[in-house]
Amino acid sequence: MNKVVASAEEAIKDINDNATLMLGGFGLCGIPENTIAALVKKGVKGLTCISNNAGVDDFGIGLMLKTRQVKKMISSYVGENAEFERQLLSGELEVELIPQGTLATRCLASGYGMPAIFTPAGVGTEVAEGKETRKFMVDGVEKEFLMEMAFDSDFAIVKAWKADTHGNLVFRETARNFNPMMAMAGKITIAEVEEIVEAGQLDPDHIHTPGIYVHRVFKGEKYEKRIEQRTVRKK
Amino acid sequence: MLDKIGIAKRIAREIKDGYYVNLGIGIPTLVANYIPQGMNVVLQSENGLLGMGPFPFEGEEDPDLINAGKQTITTVPGSAFFDSAMSFGMIRSRKVDLTILGAMEVADNGDIANWKIPGKMVKGMGGAMDLVASAKNIIVAMQHVNKANESKLLTKCTLPLTGVKCVKKIVTELAVLDVTAQGFKLLERAPGISVEQIKNATEGRLIIEGDIPEMKIE
Repeated sequence: MNKVVASAEEAIKDINDNATLMLGGFGLCGIPENTIAALVKKGVKGLTCISNNAGVDDFGIGLMLKTRQVKKMISSYVGENAEFERQLLSGELEVELIPQGTLATRCLASGYGMPAIFTPAGVGTEVAEGKETRKFMVDGVEKEFLMEMAFDSDFAIVKAWKADTHGNLVFRETARNFNPMMAMAGKITIAEVEEIVEAGQLDPDHIHTPGIYVHRVFKGEKYEKRIEQRTVRKK
Repeated sequence: MLDKIGIAKRIAREIKDGYYVNLGIGIPTLVANYIPQGMNVVLQSENGLLGMGPFPFEGEEDPDLINAGKQTITTVPGSAFFDSAMSFGMIRSRKVDLTILGAMEVADNGDIANWKIPGKMVKGMGGAMDLVASAKNIIVAMQHVNKANESKLLTKCTLPLTGVKCVKKIVTELAVLDVTAQGFKLLERAPGISVEQIKNATEGRLIIEGDIPEMKIE
């Protein structure tokens, strides 16, 4: 059950052109920054990326946009990336914007083995166009829901705080965000972490993602953990 | 007329003891600063935190600890972290008592548009569509008119919708209004603003019944 691989390069060895990837993180928080660097270095192209955000111009997924490796982004919010906006408006990049809760729950559905979910998010908006709807009674009132499909993703790439050698994962603070659901949803799941410990060193009660969902784990070489909006108060 | 802080202060008065509240980006974020002392309120940040605290002291920023606006924040005693699916689970299952968010347009039937300007702004809806589709109570903080002095409280939204028939209350620089089956119901005037001025600034159906009091802001 040893899931540990030596490096990001080894972890992504079978990610080839035109793959569909899920990438964890919210903004720049909890993103798999070492794997993204390795994907940029490898130069795979035509990628479809499912990720809540698209990074910033010079960090996160923004690095893969700059090198034109991304064919399509599926995200909820892409506001902080000028290169993204340029590629979108010029038609170089295909983009599907979907509600954040829908994105999270479509990942969850994949990991739970459910083909679809029903959500009220987007009913009556352009998000609902062409989608099957169904009415259910909620608190005694009939309400309309959209059917949204589970994601089908070749790889999920997540960032955790700690892992053990069996691939059990523990996340830290709000760097958890989309990582646990994406970890459950990849056909192959790659986790990069800050620390790997021996099996038995993590309390089984404290595992966020059981290792059965995780195929490869490696320790990130370094973590920049860039802060997008540094807000402080005076002492 | 109210400034942004005035709007935030007035909205803070809608928060009740024991509420779980989700605050959007912009003016709604400021509301946190005016929640009355001693009131038990838990702030939900949809990226995975219940119990959002103030900004960290200089030098104590933690890159793993941010809010939905990607700002560095802190926790408070009793905070809890969770993943994004659970976060929207608690929103969808109506555990969050109050959602406060901004808007570009609101219609007199409660429709809201706040995520897209075709051809201009393509940032995405983030969690706004999930929040407005499920929230028990939505208060919108917005400007009554745009820079060209055109009303943003309309009969029908002109921008792509975020959600339908969901807004319950609106606080603008001019007024506090409820959204009712008959349209916008004027509840309070901002200091120094007349009913006439509010009428002129409101394109959607406006209900004015009896004397409209001036709002009290500390």
